[in-house]
Amino acid sequence: MKKILIVDDEPNIVMSLEYAFQKQGYHVFIARDGSEALIIMEREHPDLVILDVMMPQVDGYETIKVIKGNPAFAKARVIFLSAKSKAADIEKGLSLGADQYFTKPFSVKKLITAVDQLIRI
Amino acid sequence: MPNYAIILVIIGYLVLLFGIGIWADRRSRSRWVHNPWVYALSLAVYCSAWTYYGSVGIAATSGVSFLTTYLGPVIALPLWVLVLKRIVVLSKQYQVSSIADFISLRYGNDRSIGAIVTIICVVAVLPYIALQLKAVSETFDILSSGPDSTSLFTDSTFYIAILLAVFAALFGTQTTDASRRRSGLMFTVAVESVLKLVFFLIIGIYATFYLFNGTTDIYNQISALDGFETLATFENMEASINWYFMIALSFFAIFLLPRQFQASVVENTSTAHLKKASWVFPLYLLLFNVFVIFIAWAGKLLLSADVNPDYYTLYLPLEHGHKLLGLMVFLGGLSSVISMVVVSALALSTMVSNNLIIPYGFLKVLNNSNPETNAHTIKNIRRIAIFILIIGAYFFYVNFNIELLLFSIGLVAFVIIAQLAPAFFIGLFWNRGSATAAKMGILAGSIVTLYTLALPFLIDVFVEGSTFTSAGPNGISLLKPYALFGLDFMPPVTHAFFWSMVFNIMFYLIFSVLRKGDYRERNYAELVVNASTIGELEENAFVWRGEAYKSEIEKVLIRFLGEKNTARALNIFHRKYDIDPNQEKADARLVNFSEKILTGSIGAASAKLMIGQVVKEQPVSLPEVLKVLEENKETISANKQLQQQSYDLKRVTQRLKDANNALIEKDKQKDEFLDTVAHELKTPTASIRAASEVLADADDMPEELKKKFLNNIANDADRLAVLITNILDLEKLSSGREIMDKRNHELKHTIAKAIDGIYQLALKKSIQIEVNQVEAINMYYDEDRILQVFTNLLSNSVKFVPEQQGVIKIDVLKKDQNVIISFEDNGKGIPSEDIQYIFEKFYQSNDQNVKKPIGSGMGLAISRHIIESHNGTITVDPHFKNGARFIVELKTAGI
Repeated sequence: MKKILIVDDEPNIVMSLEYAFQKQGYHVFIARDGSEALIIMEREHPDLVILDVMMPQVDGYETIKVIKGNPAFAKARVIFLSAKSKAADIEKGLSLGADQYFTKPFSVKKLITAVDQLIRI
Repeated sequence: MPNYAIILVIIGYLVLLFGIGIWADRRSRSRWVHNPWVYALSLAVYCSAWTYYGSVGIAATSGVSFLTTYLGPVIALPLWVLVLKRIVVLSKQYQVSSIADFISLRYGNDRSIGAIVTIICVVAVLPYIALQLKAVSETFDILSSGPDSTSLFTDSTFYIAILLAVFAALFGTQTTDASRRRSGLMFTVAVESVLKLVFFLIIGIYATFYLFNGTTDIYNQISALDGFETLATFENMEASINWYFMIALSFFAIFLLPRQFQASVVENTSTAHLKKASWVFPLYLLLFNVFVIFIAWAGKLLLSADVNPDYYTLYLPLEHGHKLLGLMVFLGGLSSVISMVVVSALALSTMVSNNLIIPYGFLKVLNNSNPETNAHTIKNIRRIAIFILIIGAYFFYVNFNIELLLFSIGLVAFVIIAQLAPAFFIGLFWNRGSATAAKMGILAGSIVTLYTLALPFLIDVFVEGSTFTSAGPNGISLLKPYALFGLDFMPPVTHAFFWSMVFNIMFYLIFSVLRKGDYRERNYAELVVNASTIGELEENAFVWRGEAYKSEIEKVLIRFLGEKNTARALNIFHRKYDIDPNQEKADARLVNFSEKILTGSIGAASAKLMIGQVVKEQPVSLPEVLKVLEENKETISANKQLQQQSYDLKRVTQRLKDANNALIEKDKQKDEFLDTVAHELKTPTASIRAASEVLADADDMPEELKKKFLNNIANDADRLAVLITNILDLEKLSSGREIMDKRNHELKHTIAKAIDGIYQLALKKSIQIEVNQVEAINMYYDEDRILQVFTNLLSNSVKFVPEQQGVIKIDVLKKDQNVIISFEDNGKGIPSEDIQYIFEKFYQSNDQNVKKPIGSGMGLAISRHIIESHNGTITVDPHFKNGARFIVELKTAGI
């Protein structure tokens, strides 16, 4: 079973995503901010991380920098899921090494499709 | 006291003054010498021996009328400062060195008017100086055992006069330019002013408090004497008129007396000093008069009737055996004599040389000599003039042996000097006043003075049994000199002043209207009358047409200034007007500039004549003069306008730039705000959307979970609604469109309502709430809004305090006009780095991407706007460590 890590501080959104991805057959882990996410990464080495940008403590940009800088996480794919929707924000997210950038509000279906394409071969 | 001892003291005193003068001359730029106090005190040269001794004399014989001489200057001082400022500025610009020069300048550098003014001044001041010498001589006799020898070479007064002349010559004639300041001399005058005042106050205190038991004691004793009433009150209407004229007379004197003009105008170093003088000088005069009446009364009570009341100040201590005190009084009197005689002689000598001797006879001599000889000649003329004036005054005193009180001679001098008043004052404000008119006015006034004052006096003294005074010439009673045209209720001096002024002013006005001055006169008249506008034109203010060669003018200048100074002056001139130095022909500006710089050395009239010899002047018509002046003025004011406009333009540009920057900044803030608002709205929207998508495809979802998702949707919708309300609220408050509905409320009730609002929540977390308000406070505020603030603060606290142990404290404190309400909790507090941001919209921690804690992030921003709309403040106590402490401060008074 592929592992997905959802990093977001909005419990309602996390709840919806958790339900939807579990239903799709993924093993879902949850973190409320970057520092929690990195702890789980160390332990579980997920195949994909869905990452919010604005969070308390360590934000999404910092988190992806650490992920991309650690060879142990080389496999992990990253999708940004953020309310920041300006072209400059999207460009910044992608340039940091994310595979996709979804803006809030988003379609759950489309997010699932994207995840499927990235990690289910 | 033996004569030689007194003479030794006098010589010692003079040597001391010499020393002070030399010291101050060397430090003319130091702040000890060049300061407004020295200037203000040097004006007290006004207080001569006449003040020092004579005031007491007049107070003893005719009561309070001695005050007029000092009240005039005191009352008229605001006017004096205004007028004087203008005179000083003009005098500096045109290097005026005396009152004769000033009047002659106003009437087109007219030679004869300068001469007439000089003669008037000499006639008025010479007896006045004689009077000072008389005071020295008489006080000397009183102080020494008996009368002095009457032979010239054994008369100590003669030697004192010579010493004074040496003093004046030494300090007064160091440079040929008489308009230069004499710092050393003026400093000694200021020192003497202090000394004479201090000595006079000491003798006043001595008479009042040592010889008597204070003012009441003297008053009680003197009021018991016969005829006291006349000494302390105005007996009738005539006396009040007399007062009025006397005040006017002394007001004229303070401008026109040559020594006053010298001290206040020629020796003025900065117009800023006038400000200090405007209160120091009147205060000085008032101080000088405090004890006059008491000394007079003390003298009347204690001294025999045959003692001359003028010298009560001297007799009082001597009769009581206080010889040293007597000597001190004598030195005070001597001080007033020295400053008066020296400054008067100096001023007169400048006038005599520059307005009488040089323009009437010495021009040719000066014209044919080299600069060194000329400087010598000019200085020598002045020195000789000083000696002749002072020695002349001495002989006047010896031969006329005037048996009048000091006070009367002083007044006669004032009346003669007052003849210059119409030409001076009217000329200052009326551009039509002409030179002929000024001369006619002065002559008419002088003749009337001669007839009503000097003639009857001389006839009474020299012609035994004449009826001239009592019955009039040939018995024509209308021409009685003391009651001209039947005006018989005034004392002689007031009477003479009245009639001479009537004739003087009448002649001045009539001749001004009948005979207009020539173009040159009118040119100068415009200059003086419209000094503020025309003065700026400087050399351009003179209209002149003719032919002149620069080399010729240069030669004249060199004759008086020397090669070096001439070259320097011309260099300045060329640079100022951007003129080619090699130009052969001279223009109007050079002609006028040259006249101006010569004025200080040889006087205005002589300067005009000197330059006139080397230029061929063509007459210009009067309308032309006025036209040119008008054009020049317009050019200047156009330039000024242009300058003003360009300045305005710069200011407007700057303002526009500022406004633009402010707009850009505002735009940036607005963008950021919108960004944040969008983000805040998107988050719950995203949550709702995700949940509904999940629900739409969840047939197999357990009922419980379904309910949870639906519940989440409802909460997020609520969150959206709150957000939108807050955003609108904040916008309304920050744009100032929201009007506070302020009414009278009791603060305690509002706090109770706020607590009610959060009570359920607090109960749930078992939070303890304490309120501490001692007195009832009724004040004006919008209750709904203030409630919103309190509720916001309280619900924040409820959110952050720990369950079970949470404590929230509310303290209300009234301090003067302010009420201080503090909200304190034991929650986690606010990080110190965040304190400055928490009242901003969507307060976020230093990192943009880090999300704010729980809440909409707008509550505190809204609270701040509400409190500020009530003219209050809301702050966080940065030193409170146990949790958070918010302080709201409101004014009880404001509505």
